[in-house]
This record gives sequence, C-alpha cells and structure tokens, in this order.
Amino acid sequence: MVTFTLNGQQRTFDGDPDTPLLWVIRDFEKLTGTKYGCGVAQCGACTVHLDGMTRRSCITPISSIEGSEVVTIEGVSGPEADAVKAAWVEIDVPQCGYCQSGQIMSAVALLQMSPKPSDEEIDGAMAGNLCRCATYHRIRQAIHNAAGTMEG
Amino acid sequence: MTIHEISTTRRAFLTGTGLVIGLAIAPKMTAFAAPQGVPAGGDAALTPLNAFVKIGTDDTVTILCKHIEFGQGPFTGLATLVAEELDADWGQMRAVHSPADDKTYANLAFGVQGTGGSTAIANSYEQLRKAGATARAMLVAAAAAEWGVAAGEITVEKGRMRHAASGRESGFGAFAVKAAAQTPPENPPLKDPSQFVLIGQDLPKLDTLGKTNGQAIYTLDIVTDDMLVAVVAHPDHFGATVRSFDDAEARKVTGVVDVKQIPQGVAVYADNTFAALKGRDALIVDWDLSQAETRSSDQLAADYIKQFEAEGLQATNNGNVEQAFAEDGVETLEAELVFPFLAHAPMEPLDAVFIKAADGSLDVYSGAQFPGMDLTTAAKATGLDPSKVRLNTQIAGGSFGRRAQFGSPYMQEAAAVFAATDGTRPLKHMWTREDDIRGGYYRPMYVHRMRGAIDADGRITAWDQSVVGQSIMGKADLDETSVEGASNLPYTIANLRVMSHNTTLAVPPLWWRSVGHTHTGFAVETFVDELLQKVGKDPVEGRMALLGNEPRHMGTLKKVAEMADWGSALPEGRERGVAVVKSFGTYVAQIVEISVGEGDTPRVHKVWCAVDCGVAINPNVIAAQMEGGIGFGLGAVLFDAVTLGEGGKIVQSNFHDYRSLRINEMPAVEVAVIPSTEAPTGVGEPGVPPVGPAVANAWRRLTGNPVRRLPIVNFLTS
Repeated sequence: MVTFTLNGQQRTFDGDPDTPLLWVIRDFEKLTGTKYGCGVAQCGACTVHLDGMTRRSCITPISSIEGSEVVTIEGVSGPEADAVKAAWVEIDVPQCGYCQSGQIMSAVALLQMSPKPSDEEIDGAMAGNLCRCATYHRIRQAIHNAAGTMEG
Repeated sequence: MTIHEISTTRRAFLTGTGLVIGLAIAPKMTAFAAPQGVPAGGDAALTPLNAFVKIGTDDTVTILCKHIEFGQGPFTGLATLVAEELDADWGQMRAVHSPADDKTYANLAFGVQGTGGSTAIANSYEQLRKAGATARAMLVAAAAAEWGVAAGEITVEKGRMRHAASGRESGFGAFAVKAAAQTPPENPPLKDPSQFVLIGQDLPKLDTLGKTNGQAIYTLDIVTDDMLVAVVAHPDHFGATVRSFDDAEARKVTGVVDVKQIPQGVAVYADNTFAALKGRDALIVDWDLSQAETRSSDQLAADYIKQFEAEGLQATNNGNVEQAFAEDGVETLEAELVFPFLAHAPMEPLDAVFIKAADGSLDVYSGAQFPGMDLTTAAKATGLDPSKVRLNTQIAGGSFGRRAQFGSPYMQEAAAVFAATDGTRPLKHMWTREDDIRGGYYRPMYVHRMRGAIDADGRITAWDQSVVGQSIMGKADLDETSVEGASNLPYTIANLRVMSHNTTLAVPPLWWRSVGHTHTGFAVETFVDELLQKVGKDPVEGRMALLGNEPRHMGTLKKVAEMADWGSALPEGRERGVAVVKSFGTYVAQIVEISVGEGDTPRVHKVWCAVDCGVAINPNVIAAQMEGGIGFGLGAVLFDAVTLGEGGKIVQSNFHDYRSLRINEMPAVEVAVIPSTEAPTGVGEPGVPPVGPAVANAWRRLTGNPVRRLPIVNFLTS
C-alpha cells in the first residue's frame, strides 16, 4: 500500500508496487492529461511535479513515492502556472498537443526556479521534452512572454 | 511575421472572443470521472442545417470536420471557411470530427474520406464556404418568415441577424430548428475574396485551450469501467511470423487476463496498461524468419546501387541527355545520395478503443486518417455489418502520414485483437514507442544517382537523375511519388532525364510528411547548388536565372532573400544555404544560417521562410506549419534513420536511438506568407522539404564537404 497526495488529495494504491506513477495516474486515478510517449524517460510527455520538482512519471515506480506530493497538469496552479497556460493560449503553441502537458509542467517548474530565464536556461530546462510537431520556437517565446506577464 | 507580432496583433481577437485569457485554469480535481471518447458528429442535441454545420440553441455553431485534427489545423481552417460565409462571430465557432462516410465526407481530391497530401483546405475551400452560405440562407429565410419581412432586407454580421427597418434582431440559435425546415438553396452566392472578414485573419485556434489544461481527449485517454488493455508482441524482423510461444510466465503477472496469437503476433490482455506491458515482457516467442527480410541497410544500399545498371522506368526525357554529355569541353558533376528509412514517430503511438453497445453494434475510437477504410476493416475483422460499426475519429497526437494506410493494416491488428475476445469488455489496443519505431511503414530507403553537364561556356546543359527505391503506391510501373519534384524539375535545363527503379522488400513503405519531396527535394536542391557553385554563380541569383518559367518559385526566393538580407556580411564561422521546393501546389523557399557546432555537427541558428500557398486562410496557422515543418525536417536530416542491422534485425527502438530535434537544436524561425489571390493550397507538408538541402548547402559551402548520405551526423566525412 502506497499513500501519496495527488493534486492536493490523499490517495492510496495497493496494486503492483512496480507500477510506474504514470499508469497509476492514468489507469487508476483516470487523470489522462499526463501522457505516455516513450516509457523510458526520453520524451517528457509524462512530466509531473513530485514534491515541487519535475519528474518523469513513466520511470517512477509507485513504491518510490510514499508520502510524496504529486501534481499533474489538471492540478497545477499558482502564478507561474497561470502565466504559462495563458501564454500558451495567446500564441497558439500547441499543434497536435499531445506533448504539451509535459511541456507546460516543465515550463512552470522552470519559472518557479528562474522567474526570468534566458534562451539558454529555457533550452536547458526544456531539452527533455520532445515535440514531434516541433513547436519549440513558440514554446521558447511563450515562456519569455509568461515571464514578462509575471513581472508586471 | 515574427511570433512577437502575432502575439501583439492577436490580443484584440482573443479578448473579443469567448476565450478568456488568464482563467484557463483547471479547477482542483474533486471528482475522477472517466474520460470518454468524443462521439463523431458531436452533440446530438444540436440542429444540423447540412452535413457540415450544426447550430445550438446557445448560438454556438459547430462544424463537422471531415479531416482529422492532428495538429495541422483543419478544425480552425474549415471552421473559418464556414464562419466567413455564415457571417458568424469567431467566438461562437466550434469543431468536431464528422462521422466516417466515404460519400458525404469524401476528400474531393481523393474520392473517399481521408486526410493527406496537404489537401484539407484546398479541397474544402468551396465546399465548406458553400455549407456556410447555405446555412446562412436558411437561417435568414426562417427569420424572414417569422418576422414577415423580405429575406433580402436582413443583414447578418458577427452571428447576429438584423432587420434594420423594424429593429428586429436575433442570434442563430433561436432560429436553428425553423432554419432546418427550410429548403436549402442550390447555389448560394459566395463572397468575393475582397469581402472576406475572417479569412486571412490570425484567428485563435479552436483546439488550443483543451491542449493546455490536460482536458483534450486522445484515443489513449479513453477509459471505461472494466476496460481491457491489450498490447501485441511483434517480431524484430520484417516478414517474420510466430512459430510458437510460451506464455506461462506472462499469465502469472497480476492483472494479465489472457494471451492469444493473432496474425500480427501475440496479444496480451490485461486489466491495466502496466500489467499488459509486464505480461508482454514475460512472453517467450519463437519467430519464424524463413520469409523475413534478412538484408541489412548496408546490403540494401549496395543492392540498390546495382539497380542503376538496369533499364529503369522513364519519368522524363527532354532533349538529348547523352548527346549533351558527349559535347566537346563539357565538364561533368556526379553525385550518389543515400537516404535511410524514416519512422514517423508521432507523439501518440497508434491506438484504438473498441466498445460494444447493448444492441450488438460497435463503437471504434481511433485517430483515423482514412475513417471509411478503417471502419470497413474493423467491420470485417469483427464480422459485423459495416452499418453496425461507428468509427469515431479522435484528435490524434501527430501522424506525419503514419495514420493513413491503404487497407488499414494497423486497424487490422487492433480489430483482430478485439475480435479474439468475446467482446463483452471494452478494449484499448495500444502500441508502445518500440512498436512504433520498429513497426515499419517507413519513408522508404532511396538511392539517387545524379549527373550534370556544364558546357564550355559555363552553362548547365544537362541533368540526368536516377532514383532507386520502393514504390509507396505499390506500383510495378512508374510511381510518380518516387520522382515528384525531379521529373518536373522547375529549373530550365535543355536536356533533362529522370529514371526510376522500383525495388521489392519486406519492409512496408508509406508516405512520410511531404512524401517524395523528402528525398527528391534534397537531391535536386543540393545538386543544383553544387552545379551553381561550380560555375561560380550565387545560389539565389543562379536559381533565379534558371527559374524563368516559374514565377511563384521566384517570388518566394526573392522574398526570402530580402528577409535574410542575402549577401550581407556574416559573423565569423557562419555560412548560409538556400533551397526552394514546390510541393502539393505550395511554394516554399528557405534560407538557413549555420555554424559548426558541438561534435563538429551543423548548428542551425536561424531559418527564414517564404511561403506562397495561394489565399492565406489563417496566416498564423500557416506560419506554425512552416515552423513545425522546419523542425521536423531538420531533425530527420540531422539525426534520423531506422537501420536494419546484420541479418535484417531492426536496430532502433525508442527516442534514445531514433533522435528527434530538441528545443536546444531548434533554430529561430521567421516566416513570410506571400499575398496571393490564387486558390489556396496546403501547408501541412510543404515546410519540410527545403530545410534539409538548405542546411546541406550551407555545410558544403562552410566546410567543403558535400552531404551525400543521411542522416548528416552519421556521415559527415563521407
């Protein structure tokens, strides 16, 4: 039995302890904003916040997160999340959209650490999130825009 | 247009619509409702005015989109066409996928329903405007009857119908039902482009919000009570079949429900995804390789090169190529280019959901690019009459061509997995990334042999090109998709010969974003650049001089040269390259600026792009497709290959060895859309072809090394 917090609510899981957090979130908690893309931490589509840090949920066994706080795209909140989501909408970042939950989770964590990131910091923080539609140009701009709105 | 400009000009639109910026925040989750699939055709409570337009009592206008939305923007584009002629307000527009119907929802370029070839806007341009105009006429007729006024006296603007003389006014919703009872006009007049209000504007995309808050539902997200999840063990050789298997350990995995052999492999059924994956890992399958492809990629390339000795299929033969090469004083330039297999690798791997209804009919949910074909395939596999199957197309996490397959081989597998059960439990079939990368239906391998003649006066007098590779269309005779872009070379060269050789192998081929232009564009644009360099011509000026019969090629080239300030001094260590490719009726010219980056590989700093796609429906979507096409094409030419190793075993398996462009490798992109009144053409694919040759041209000019084999990072010294 593993106990953890998901988007502010206490949850328990008593299935196979090897089950990755990704499949607990999607199959058992039925929150599907967090995506499967590779299963081996290469694409970032499964990115969530674990105790405030980005984490690839596809390689995180549920047994390893006892007592942790998990936040997904459905529950992420606060000024950085508001600014990032609004910036994403304003310049229509998504194309197919499948990777964007992970992109947004990484971008929010970046702004929480570094409120006014440079292009290099953005590249460094976001390089683990693949986008096959290659919306990167707009992701970079949206992060700058979000940082700008938070200043104001 | 820069992103900054888009952002500033669009604020007005965003604030004017129902999209509320800054409040797009999901509420804290309190209930965990299972996400359901989106039914094709949308909410049944809406009133249909024709096959494409439904009106809600709340004044919303929902378009039934016959093309799948997987990022290229048809929800927004087709809704714009309807809204324009309906005189709707953009804020009231919605879009859903239409049902599968090869007749009503045929792609007018194909004759059956389907998305591909960058045709969504081109084939819908008149049809969807007419649907909007028809709906408008019916709404106006209903209002005129109710108000007792002449229809001609009613004006419509931003979704409001008004009769000025009597002061009457209404939205669409109040008249939806009465409008549906009106006789639709046969040929309602369409606007002259000078009257367009919405077409040509950077309207916000209809599908963005749900893709930023986790609410958008893809096929993989569909969850029902009691759902089975199934994965299939596939061979790592093309053409291999199951000889036998041992499922003893797989069946011991908690949650595994069953294991069954199907024609495509061995299916593992489980109560949840992880159990299915764990069960598949525990399977032991003995594969029969007797019919498998056992040649390696290197052997295939060698075999392909031998094909040049054979006669070949003639695609083009203008003038007299042999004579031109035999002239006195002619200098010859030769090149041989090798292109690898490419996987599409959409972010959402292929998947499908099957749910049987109480009456025995079946709902299938899938990112269907050929919905009619997928429906027929699912019906056949499950033994149901096609009238008892509903194919509900879902938004999909990319495709790049992968979801459009003749005969629906993916659906054959998924439906076979479902058909092997008793059908009482809903079933989700999914491919993992490994299934996807190793699943075939690649952009085929090709080898090109190029020969160019330069006469004593330094003129390019002959072009001789041969292409060896699989026919994507499965033809024994000439497949135009193998030579498109070369057989109709835009450059005026007196003696032109293009030959094609079809090959046969067990690796199934498929179109990959921009099809033949993925390799012909590279071959043509690098070779012409090399010829121009040899005769001492500037890459832009030299191309211009050869493009006398192609004003739209020249228009994009001229524009992109202006944008990049071509010819200006470059920083130390930088070099530029250019390419211009017409594909799917759209003209795209790109200039790249590069330097030698980490590991002595090309570092691309900036790409300028000019595109002429006729009437621009939504410049922002066009720019986005150019940006994305550039990143997609760049990743492929720099990093990507699916390789068959010794004995034909597939080498790559996931994103660690099938590289994709990452954000730190993405150049800045600037896009200009050429103003045009020509009929609109597509933008999903045409951004892809020029970037590869433009980078290769810059690299050759910077380092002296031509790129003869892709991907670039694997063969830099060749």
